[in-house]
Amino acid sequence: MKTEKETFYHALEFRKDLCMGCSHCMMKCPTQAIRVIDGKAELNPNRCIDCGECFRTCPYGAISVKQDDFEKIYDYKYRIALMPSVFTAQFPDKVTYPQIYKALLSIGFTHVYETENSVDCLVKPYNEYIAKSEEKPVISSFCPAIVRLIQVRFPTLVDNIMLIKPPMDTTAMYIKKIFEDQGYDKTQVIHLFKIREEPETMEHPIRGDGAHRVAAAKIAGIKSPATEEASLISGVINMDYLYNRIYKEIKQKAFDKDNDEENFVQMSKQSLYWSLTTGEVRIVDTPHKMAIDQINNVIEFLEKVENESITDIDFLELRACYQSCAGGVLCAGNKFMTTDRANKRAHRSSPNSVENVDWERYADYIASNCLLEGKVEPRSIVKLDDNMVEAMKKMKRINEINNLLPQVDCGICGSPSCQSLAEDIVQNDADIRKCIFIQKILQQNDKLGLPESINLMKQTWGVGKLDKNLVQEIKDEIDK
Amino acid sequence: MHFEYHVESGDFINAGSTSSAVKKTLKQLNVDSNIIKRTVVALYEAEVNIVAHAYKGTIFVDIDQDAITIRLVDEGPGIPDIDKAMEVGYSTASPSVREMGFGAGMGLPNIKNNADKMSITSKVGVGTTVEIYNKLQ
Repeated sequence: MKTEKETFYHALEFRKDLCMGCSHCMMKCPTQAIRVIDGKAELNPNRCIDCGECFRTCPYGAISVKQDDFEKIYDYKYRIALMPSVFTAQFPDKVTYPQIYKALLSIGFTHVYETENSVDCLVKPYNEYIAKSEEKPVISSFCPAIVRLIQVRFPTLVDNIMLIKPPMDTTAMYIKKIFEDQGYDKTQVIHLFKIREEPETMEHPIRGDGAHRVAAAKIAGIKSPATEEASLISGVINMDYLYNRIYKEIKQKAFDKDNDEENFVQMSKQSLYWSLTTGEVRIVDTPHKMAIDQINNVIEFLEKVENESITDIDFLELRACYQSCAGGVLCAGNKFMTTDRANKRAHRSSPNSVENVDWERYADYIASNCLLEGKVEPRSIVKLDDNMVEAMKKMKRINEINNLLPQVDCGICGSPSCQSLAEDIVQNDADIRKCIFIQKILQQNDKLGLPESINLMKQTWGVGKLDKNLVQEIKDEIDK
Repeated sequence: MHFEYHVESGDFINAGSTSSAVKKTLKQLNVDSNIIKRTVVALYEAEVNIVAHAYKGTIFVDIDQDAITIRLVDEGPGIPDIDKAMEVGYSTASPSVREMGFGAGMGLPNIKNNADKMSITSKVGVGTTVEIYNKLQ
C-alpha cells in the first residue's frame, strides 16, 4: 500500500481475492471509512484510525494486518523481542512464563524484554505532566487508535492529548542504555522487534516507528522527532502469528517450567497492570480520573467531554479495545481469560520488584527524555469544506438529499447509512439512484428502466450477487 | 441557516442535546475549535437553565458565515433581578437540582464569559429570553 503525504499509513490490508462484499466491516467502522464498490470493501485511508474493528468482524478473513517477515530477524546480531505482557497472559495456565521466554530465545531472539519494563519510570513524568497541563482532561496518548480518533472526529480535543512517549518507546530507550552500559559490539546495530496486539504501531500517530516514521511524523505534525530511539525498532511481528509459533515450540521442546534464567526481569505490579483497563489510572495521583475502554464507549464519552457537559476530570485513560490490550485484535486468547491471567500475575508480583535493574539511574534518563515534541494536528473528517461558505452550501444540500432517503441505513447503496450516502453524493459525486428505495420510486414512475437499475446494483455489489442464471434455482425454491 | 430545538422542563437526561447538535453543525462547517468550545459551553449552560427553571422553551439558532446567534426563549417564572442572577454563586436551584450537579450559581456568568455578546430579557411570571452571539471568524 502506498504511503501518501496527506493520508495515514495503514497496517490493515483489504484483500480483494477473499472479500465477499458482505458489508459487515462497512457497518461496523466507527469512522465510516469503508464503502462497498464493485462487490468489494474499500477503505478510505483518510478516515481510517486503525482500530481494527473491521478485522475483528470480517467473516472471511479478507482483512489482514501487515507484518514483517519473521526470517528477517536473523539478519541481525542483536535480536531483541519487545513483548507486551498480554502476550504471555494468552497462554493457558499450564504454560509458564519461563517456558515462553525460553521458547522466544529458542526460535531465534537473543534477548527478550517486556514492553512495560519502563512503566515505573513514567509515574513521575505522568503526574508532573497532568499537574502542569492547562488543557483538562489530559487524555492519554498510549492507545494509538484513540489518538487518531481524536484527530479525525474530535479535533477540538487534540491539545488535550498527553505528549508523553508510550512504554514501548521508553523501554526501547532503556534497553539501548543497558546495552551501552554493559558494553556491546558497537559495530552491530541493536534491533528490536515489537510484538503487537493491534494493527497499528508500524507508526504511532504522534511517535512513528521504523520505516514509516518520517511520513508519520509529518502527518502528526511533529517538527523535530527524536529519531534516535525510535529507529531502534526494526520490525513488527503480529501476536497471533507468534502465539502459534511459540506454542508449537513449547509443545515440541518441552522446556523446563521453572525459571533458571538470570536476566529474567520481574516487573512491578503497576507495570503488569498497565496494559489492562485502569492500568494508567492506577499510577495517576489525582482523584479526578477515569478509564474507558471500547471504541464506541470512548466516542460516546468524548462527545460529552467535547460539549463540556463532563467537567472536573484531570486525566482520561482511553483504550480502543474492550478489556484494553487483553482484547487487542491480534490477541489469540479469550479477552476475559487473558485479563484474568494478567491480573493474577500482577497480583502475585510485589509492588516494586525490579531488583535486577538499577532503576534509579535509568529512571532519571527516561524521565528527562520521555516527552514528545511538537503537537498533534487535527485531521477533521467531520468538516464538509475548508471554506465555511462552501461548507454551508454542502450542508444544505446534504440535508435536502438526506430528507429524500428512507433512513433505513440498510447499506444497499454501498454506504453505511443514508446520511453517509447523502454526504458521498455531495462530496464524491455518488449517484442518488444507488439507493434501492429511490430506484423503486423512479421505477414506479417509469423514470428508471430495469437494465439501468440492475447496472446500478452491479456497480455497488459486483456481478456475482446479481447473476441472472440463478433464476431457475430461485424459482424451484419458491415452488417448494 | 436556521434551526429550532424544543426543550422540555425537568428533562435533565436530554439536557445538552441541542448543544450536541449545534456542535456537530459547527464542526461540519469547519469553525475554529475555540469558537466551537465557547459557543457550546454557553449554549449548554443556557439550555440547562431552561430545563431546570422554565416550563418549556425553544432554542432558535441562526448561522451565517460571520456569526452564530442563539436565542433561547422560555415560558417560566422569569428572573426578578437579572443583575443578581448574573453574580457568580447566586442560585435559586432546589436541593434536588443541586444534587444532580446543576445549580451552582455559575450559569449566567459562564454564559457571559463564553459569548461575544449576551443579553437577557425577562418578565416575572411570563418567561426569559437569553441571546448569545458569537463571531465565527
